[in-house]
Amino acid sequence: MREPTTNVKIQLKRTPNVRSDGTDSGDYGLLRLLREGIFGHGGWRPAWHKAQPRAHYRVLVIGGGGQGLATAHALATLHGITDVAVLEKGPIGLGNVGRNTTIIRSNYFHPDNVRFYEHSLQLWEQLERTLNFNVMVSQRGTLNLFHTEAQRDLFTRRANGMRLQDVDAVPLDRKEVKSLVPLVDLDHGRFPVLGGFLQPRGGTVRHDAVAWGYARAASRAGVDIVEHCEVRRIVTAGGRVTGVETTQGFIGADIVCLAVAGHSSTLASTVGLQLPIESHVLQAFVTEAIKPVLDVVLTYGAGHFYISQSDKGGLVFGGHIDGYNTYGQRGTLPMAEEVAAAGLTLLPGLGRVRVLRQWGGVMDMSMDGSPLISRTPIEGLYLNGGWCYGGFKAIPAGGVATAHLIATGEPHAIARHMDLDRFADGRLIDERGAGPYPWAH
Amino acid sequence: MSGSTRLGSGLFDRGTTPIRFRFDGTAYVGRAGDTLAAALLANGVQVVGRSFKYHRRRGIYTAGPEEPCALVTLIDGKQREPNRPATLVPLFDGLVAESQNRWPSLRYDVLSLFGLLSRFLPAGFYYKTFMWPAFAWERLYEPLIRRAAGLGRLQALTTPTTAPAETVHDHTEVLVVGAGPAGLSAAYVLGSTGLRVILAEQDSHLGGGTLLDPAWHAWRTALLARLTCLPNVRIWAQTTVIGAYGHGVYGALESFARTTSAPQTAAPERLHVVRAAATVLATGCVERLIALPGNDLPGVLLAGAALRYLVGHGISAGHRTAVFTNNDEAYSTALEYMRQGSPIEAIIDVREYSPAADRARGAGLTVYAGAKVEAIVGSHCVRAIRVRDREGQRFTLAVDCVLLSGGQTPATALATQLGAELRWSSSMAAFIPDLAPVIGQVAGSTHGVCGLASAVADGISAAERIAATLGLGALQLPPFPPAPNDAPRGDLEPCWEIPGAGAAFVDLQHDVTTADIRLARREGYEHVEHMKRYTTHGMATDQGRIGGLVGNAVLAIARGIDFAEVGQPKARPFLEPVPFAALAGGETGAHFKPKRRLPLHDWHAAAGATFVNAGLWLRPLVYAQDTSWSTVMAEARHVRREVGITDVSSLGKIEVTGSDAAAFLDCLYANTLSTLTMGRCRYGLMLREDGIVLDDGTVARLGKDHFLLTTTTVNAATVLEHLEFHRQTVYPHWDVAITDVGDHWAQFAVAGPLSRALLSEILENTDLSNAAFPFMAAAGVRVAGIPGRLFRISFSGELAYEVAVPARHALGVWSTLIALGTPMGLKPYGLDALNTLRIEKGHMTGAELNGQTTASDLGLGRLCKAHGDYIGATLRRRPALNGGTRLELVGVRPIDGEQRLRNGTHLLDPDSGASLGFVTSATPATEQVGWVGLALLSGGHARHGQRLIATAPIHDETYAVDITSPHHLDPENTRVRG
Amino acid sequence: MNAAQARIPGPTEMLRIQCPHCGCRDETEFRYRGDASISRPLADAGEAAFVHYVYHRNNPKGWHVEWWLHVSGCRAVLRVVRHTVTHEIHSVTLPQEPVDIPWEAR
Repeated sequence: MREPTTNVKIQLKRTPNVRSDGTDSGDYGLLRLLREGIFGHGGWRPAWHKAQPRAHYRVLVIGGGGQGLATAHALATLHGITDVAVLEKGPIGLGNVGRNTTIIRSNYFHPDNVRFYEHSLQLWEQLERTLNFNVMVSQRGTLNLFHTEAQRDLFTRRANGMRLQDVDAVPLDRKEVKSLVPLVDLDHGRFPVLGGFLQPRGGTVRHDAVAWGYARAASRAGVDIVEHCEVRRIVTAGGRVTGVETTQGFIGADIVCLAVAGHSSTLASTVGLQLPIESHVLQAFVTEAIKPVLDVVLTYGAGHFYISQSDKGGLVFGGHIDGYNTYGQRGTLPMAEEVAAAGLTLLPGLGRVRVLRQWGGVMDMSMDGSPLISRTPIEGLYLNGGWCYGGFKAIPAGGVATAHLIATGEPHAIARHMDLDRFADGRLIDERGAGPYPWAH
Repeated sequence: MSGSTRLGSGLFDRGTTPIRFRFDGTAYVGRAGDTLAAALLANGVQVVGRSFKYHRRRGIYTAGPEEPCALVTLIDGKQREPNRPATLVPLFDGLVAESQNRWPSLRYDVLSLFGLLSRFLPAGFYYKTFMWPAFAWERLYEPLIRRAAGLGRLQALTTPTTAPAETVHDHTEVLVVGAGPAGLSAAYVLGSTGLRVILAEQDSHLGGGTLLDPAWHAWRTALLARLTCLPNVRIWAQTTVIGAYGHGVYGALESFARTTSAPQTAAPERLHVVRAAATVLATGCVERLIALPGNDLPGVLLAGAALRYLVGHGISAGHRTAVFTNNDEAYSTALEYMRQGSPIEAIIDVREYSPAADRARGAGLTVYAGAKVEAIVGSHCVRAIRVRDREGQRFTLAVDCVLLSGGQTPATALATQLGAELRWSSSMAAFIPDLAPVIGQVAGSTHGVCGLASAVADGISAAERIAATLGLGALQLPPFPPAPNDAPRGDLEPCWEIPGAGAAFVDLQHDVTTADIRLARREGYEHVEHMKRYTTHGMATDQGRIGGLVGNAVLAIARGIDFAEVGQPKARPFLEPVPFAALAGGETGAHFKPKRRLPLHDWHAAAGATFVNAGLWLRPLVYAQDTSWSTVMAEARHVRREVGITDVSSLGKIEVTGSDAAAFLDCLYANTLSTLTMGRCRYGLMLREDGIVLDDGTVARLGKDHFLLTTTTVNAATVLEHLEFHRQTVYPHWDVAITDVGDHWAQFAVAGPLSRALLSEILENTDLSNAAFPFMAAAGVRVAGIPGRLFRISFSGELAYEVAVPARHALGVWSTLIALGTPMGLKPYGLDALNTLRIEKGHMTGAELNGQTTASDLGLGRLCKAHGDYIGATLRRRPALNGGTRLELVGVRPIDGEQRLRNGTHLLDPDSGASLGFVTSATPATEQVGWVGLALLSGGHARHGQRLIATAPIHDETYAVDITSPHHLDPENTRVRG
Repeated sequence: MNAAQARIPGPTEMLRIQCPHCGCRDETEFRYRGDASISRPLADAGEAAFVHYVYHRNNPKGWHVEWWLHVSGCRAVLRVVRHTVTHEIHSVTLPQEPVDIPWEAR
């Protein structure tokens, strides 16, 4: 079919910013936008190159989600390893990076986790300049409410620990909570609000843009981004990785890195590995757009409910995982009812706001609730996974740490604790003390 | 002035009483039976809102839930309900509505400036700019964007704004979705067999397409009369099936039309959770737009919607109307306009020939066949159209209304949620679902069937197939009323976009244009999901019902691929936006979770107790409204010095019986219980299989094969589940029975030096001497005439007993204890005092049993069996779970007696400044000066006697503490054994 | 991607479980207890066997044998064979009964 030709005449006057691979060669910025606006936007070219796979790569990253793209980007930009391909079974960025509630924060109990997520938060703070892509990092603050003295004590311990690592944490009394979030009903819920803890530097990010921004930056740095290339099997010889069998044929590699979240077990099983991971679905919801009413990321302490308002005006919220192994990216009715009940208990004024969509993401729930950036028993096979529902906020640091492990053979200082051996040794990083039950984390 | 006006009466009229309402402060009058949209049209109100991004003027585009433009805020006193499609709001006297996304007024909107700058604000512009300077995004750009975006405004109320919504659970054999000709027929056939049928229709009027064709009115009336006579058929109008969740579960939202401006007492919606064995999806089609310059101007609407306003409400959308179509359906509107005397200037049909065009010409209408509308012109609303005819001649027609029809798109969302395959139908130029027969049938126009009579036939055959699936065999069809035949029909010719200068919209709410879609494609966002996310196409409140497929087609054309190949984004629940309140149902606010009250709750309340949430339980915190430390310490010191009584009924209580009970408990507890003698209790420590402590409590042996376990309050359910799981899966052949008796027994702790003397007075014929009833003894007793149980156990560290009686006797026994005990100094004490007492004694609760500590960490390693299997035996021996830098339980005391010790304070190595652990529990001491606490400290067992730095940065406190044994009081246990 | 591939892997999401004692009940009455294809090792099996039992999972994308505890019903532990993509339930049995696994999962 013929493409309608509205701007042909104007386009002829312009030399588009094209690289040899057909992608956009210019930097993004206001001046470029104005210039393109004047000339009818004919000069924009693909943000990333849709590469055909070569026969062999030094590093293959499986999974074109946030972690995989960030890993490839870090390999190319921090370690100079550009003989890298990211293989994605569909289009990039449609897994968990494109279906989460977009929250970033570094408020954790375990000091190693604080260090890792704080490093990530610092990378988020400069990401638009790192990538030359505005991912709309919005540090509007994350506010955790508490409803019992035991919860207050836990949050106090966490906040003190964070402050000892120079991470921001501010206790708020009821009055301060109310003035920050006028919608909150402090008193009438089953569990009245006793106070809250704010991490002012926490916030939200435009999730899709993270995948696109990393893909564009990685592509510009020389990484091949191969979409619609599903890995069927990891291929080994003599206990070491030699490549992968894909829907586009065999692709050889010295190193293969799994960054496929909820599908880690499926791929690991092709080389006989069992992982301490189960796949569970986490649901998210978005309401119709309304004018700004909530200027903070808010989490309820007496039920599974967290909420923020996107720049478009939709209230984005979520709850707990469904609690049983799932590979279906869908929502269920009981969870919608439970999350809405928690939400309305905390924010009764939302009663007439309408929920537009519900959806689910397949989470790679690890057995202690903390992630894995690790070698595996197969030489040359690396794992980036077990993110539970913390993978999004970890993208910048996860990429840096995984690339460091691949490039140097040594774990990055921020991710030493994230190895697979910790289960056998008993070095568990169980933030909530929920035990080896992935559905409980 | 707009051209829309009321010509006469309509099918949906309910009398001619004037209904008064206000829109943007102006008073208008409508008619009973109108929607707000109809009433606005009848009053000639053409501009009803501003669009999301460019703040363009928008009018009423549709007549149903697919409305992208006419969103209003309903105002009811202080409450504001934003984003209601005016097409769905039934008019009532006193209704107040307001337009949205404009400031200061709908007419003069400052941000309509964005429309002028639109060439610099293409899809995704924000990803490419606002990056400099670094601080400016949060402080400057983002607040501006957020204010400009959004739609309606919510009043920040914190009180529930309506009555609690209802959630209703329904069961049926067949759920028929959609009450058009196919759905009505299917429901009638299935209902006649005696099957239970639920017929759910989103519209407030039943009939679907038959409503708009006067020739079908008799059929519909007759069929509905027969259907309503079937007692096994439930008919729900104004009920949208919002999602299909599998296993036969559907969510359906029933809305109740508001009829008065009086304060609402009932909930405006009801959520149905329907469980059905099979379903008939007769969800019909949605008419789609054609993308062309000016297609968003007020005065443009879809042809089918215009027909509904005319037939249903007697309202014509214009004085001089043009129709632009690629199909036969739109001709019905033109013919009805002509019949009712509203002038049709021309029908512009992209097709060369169709039977409908012949019929229209025969009726005297002007039809330009093989022609196109190249642009719709007007600054504020439609003024004219530019037409290019079959010969290429261009001319302008002055009109005030344009009716568009780009074809019908089947509503496939429910079917795809049920796993239906979608196939591209070139005759409809749309996707049609094929559903697995075991789940149900798709019927009518959703199924690609054209014409009302054909839809009836398709509904009947769907019903027959359902009956066969449900095992009913051959059906005797019930008699149907006579129905008109379908007129001969011409094929649709796909027409997605008329290219030209000017913005051609595919998503009218989010202001997505065909140029945006091509830009997305040019930038590599060419997958339909990428395009959707990059441009926000189809993500607005209307979910892109009328333009979604058009945008996807524009993408397919730009990519040069088939429509079937470009696919379409997944249709997730909900099919219609659902209010929070309707989803939440009644279990919100104070009813969000149950309240568990102790058997003595009322007594505690009468005694002035302040209650505290302990899990779901309400427990007395302190017997005073003043919860300060001085009241708490008075209660605690009274226990240390004299005697107190506290209600511990919320503890979990589980009876384990059977000839293998002792062996079973040896497997479930880390310490040995089989050696426990009858009439004695023992501390019991339960591990998870990973070697971490799960819970602790006491185990009493009441008989050879009869044990009573207690658990902590919060872990009662977890422990019960842990026991059941292992009994049934790991030890299924053992003779063990587990009974939860938590609610059956009330239990009171009587503690303090005078407790023996007091209980000796009260208990009948019971020798409580150390010889007869030593520490950790258990026995059956009669207390206040009631058979109960007595345990000599102590959480407080004092000489103490726990008395258990059946819960129904709790008040009598407690009252007797209080009455007889008060003269001897007995006083009740609450949870805070209990906590103080146990911290001093070094006993643990959830703060220490936090799911991360091992038996060794807690100083209980010696309790664990050295040999033999038990849950957690193997993995607790892993290297990193023993010694080294493990966080171990210690006592902690500030060296300054005035210094308050707070929970959550960190303990630092005085040399390195590194955090070594944290305080878990702290209290003022009862008998010494200052505060004492428990802490989890790295290598803590080896640090007794060390002086560390305590610091709480959030309280700005730093001070020195001494690390001690966790047993601050009576480490030799002389009191409890006294 | 063609239309066939665009199909949402269905058909089912919300679970209803056929309890042998209580009848067909919603998932909300049950508590999930994980993979039922693994058994607790014998006492002397050693640490590695227990590490495997506690932490390592097949986590199949397909048929999964799993425990569900009917906490709001008869409190029986049920062995459910469920498909983790479609959520189709193939069989529900008590622990001591033989497990019925679909042929394609064997």
